[in-house]
Amino acid sequence: MTGKDNDKSFIEVRELSKHFGEFVAVDAVNLRIERGELFSILGGSGCGKTTLLRMLAGFETPTSGRIFLDGVDITDQPPYERPVNMMFQSYAVFPHMTVEQNVSYGLQKERMPRNEIASRVGEMLALVKLEDYASRKPDQLSGGQRQRVALARALVKKPKVLLLDEPLAALDRKLREHTQFELMNIQDELGITFVVVTHDQEEAMILSNRIAVMEQGRFEQIGTPKEVYEFPCNRFVADFIGTINTFEGVVQTSGEGEITVASDECGHSLRAYCDTPPRNGSDICLAVRPEKIYISQTEPDNDEDSCLRGVIEDFGYFGNLSLYRIRLETGKVVQVSAQNRRRSTERFLEWDDQVFISWRPRSAVVLEN
Amino acid sequence: MSAVTSRRGDIWQRFAVAIPYLWLLIFFLAPFAIILKISVADPIMAQPPFTPAFSDAGGLQISADNYVFLLTDKLYAITYLKSVLMALSATALCLLLGFPIAYGIARAESGTRNILLLLIVLPFWISFLLRVYAWMGLLNNYGVINNLLMWLGITEQPIPMMYTDFAIYIGLVYSYLPFMILPLYATLERMNLDLVEAAQDLGATSSRAFWDITWPLARPGVIAGSLLVFIPATGEYVIPYLLGGPESLLIGRVLFDEFFVNRDWPLAAAVAIVLVVLVVIPIVLLQRYQAKAAEQTA
Ligand SMILES: Nc1ncnc2c1ncn2[C@@H]1O[C@H](COP(=O)(O)OP(=O)(O)OP(=O)(O)O)[C@@H](O)[C@H]1O
Ligand SMILES: [Mg+2]
Repeated sequence: MTGKDNDKSFIEVRELSKHFGEFVAVDAVNLRIERGELFSILGGSGCGKTTLLRMLAGFETPTSGRIFLDGVDITDQPPYERPVNMMFQSYAVFPHMTVEQNVSYGLQKERMPRNEIASRVGEMLALVKLEDYASRKPDQLSGGQRQRVALARALVKKPKVLLLDEPLAALDRKLREHTQFELMNIQDELGITFVVVTHDQEEAMILSNRIAVMEQGRFEQIGTPKEVYEFPCNRFVADFIGTINTFEGVVQTSGEGEITVASDECGHSLRAYCDTPPRNGSDICLAVRPEKIYISQTEPDNDEDSCLRGVIEDFGYFGNLSLYRIRLETGKVVQVSAQNRRRSTERFLEWDDQVFISWRPRSAVVLEN
Repeated sequence: MSAVTSRRGDIWQRFAVAIPYLWLLIFFLAPFAIILKISVADPIMAQPPFTPAFSDAGGLQISADNYVFLLTDKLYAITYLKSVLMALSATALCLLLGFPIAYGIARAESGTRNILLLLIVLPFWISFLLRVYAWMGLLNNYGVINNLLMWLGITEQPIPMMYTDFAIYIGLVYSYLPFMILPLYATLERMNLDLVEAAQDLGATSSRAFWDITWPLARPGVIAGSLLVFIPATGEYVIPYLLGGPESLLIGRVLFDEFFVNRDWPLAAAVAIVLVVLVVIPIVLLQRYQAKAAEQTA
């Protein structure tokens, strides 16, 4: 069998598709997830994240493709036979059962002896810090507590894989940040493989070992948070994750991993590095993150860097950093962020100040069209 | 300022809360009191055909004779029992039929769902009486059903269906099914489907998930629908009168006959009072049980 030669990956998804009539929700995706990984599927609304997760859980029959878990083909297994548990986007905590009954439900279906259930449930409730709420009904809990009930209920069976559909979306910001770390700690402690679906790129970056960026039923890029942030493979990924400035241009000279790009948009030639330089004359796009750009009032005396002149159109103060929107002579607006290292009463830069912005050629990402 | 507005809001709020109570007082409690008063009078040949509560001399003249009569005459007890049992069976049948229908409608796509709901309420556009008459035409010895059965060769002789309990059940279930389906539909439609999937995800088969999740969560609808069927079915008059045989004496029929045939208003009133008590007791018990269940979990 072909499954044998790559038995290293714990979850393997092969050419998995789901069609709803004419509509293609998931389009022949391939995916490998390692044991113990915290893997995120990141994408905008309606891109097919939930559908993919539901196929992994067994609620949606794939139109084509196969799913392997730990070397076993589980594509045709019903949900109740899969060693996989899911935490629903709506939490789906049973409203007519107490917290304890909710958490023990899965074990009861396994016909586990009573005393064993009690101890396992106790352990789980301690893990999610809900010991004092065991006999409460869900409508007597806060949103965050309900989320933890759902988590405990999904973890109590010690599944091989836990699927989490937007686990933190319904929580407020503070609680979400706190819960992110709790989730990571729990995952670390139990060593269960987590597959998290989210539309929040920050959350995906913080939580995951690896991220799959999804768009219209396909994966655009799969990689570590650093890879997808620093080395986006196309415009969509670059745009979707964080903010980025893009400069359209034409390759002028190309060689030895270095290219020069004539960009009408900024009225300058820009330099950049890339492993496989595109051919001369091809249209490309250079992308630079705002925090990679330096801002100064005097022209930097460094020939290496790409340097542009502009005026400050707008800026925002965010405490730890300031964001500037700088209008170039060509009219293009570039976003720059700068750390506020000094604490001074007078502002350093003001509206309509003439400034120079510059960045290292290595900071620019070359995106081919 | 805010104290004033809040007090005014208070009055409105109280008024809003009072409306259902006022309604019940005017349209239920007051008539009930009148009937109760008639039930403790004696029948006389007069207009109205019962003795006043106070004699000309000013003395109170009431008697429990009618109730004593009702309780001692076996025929009434049997009639009550039969009516309640029949209503219970009809309720169970409605539940059995109505649940899958309501479930199907609740899970249908929204376009189809509206059409199905419309179909459920469509019969209400035709008079209830006409619809029961229509069943007479269907169930007759030479009605549509028997003709079809004989034409198909399933039976030589027409199967007698009219004027039997069977016909009454058909009539009851047919007429009251929408009252079961609509509240059931309302609860099932509101239910989060993720709950059932979560149960399956945790190891329950589809049927297990139904009994663990769907059924308990549908209980408010089951109770509401059952009451909406059981209560009117117990006192039903038209269906047994038109479809039932002469021997299927039900309490609604007795009530009618006492009022309009025998013109014994006090006895008829007593029959009505006992009927109300019979129907109200299970509801009160049920409510107390529910309150207790809610208390226990709290
Ligand atoms: N049962 C279904 N029938 C028809 N189309 C469906 C069905 N389920 C999902 N879709 C469609 O498939 C697409 C992907 O849906 P999915 O729920 O996977 O999105 P998602 O990425 O989870 O979005 P969100 O972030 O909003 O939850 C959507 O366009 C949706 O309309
Ligand atoms: Mg979703």
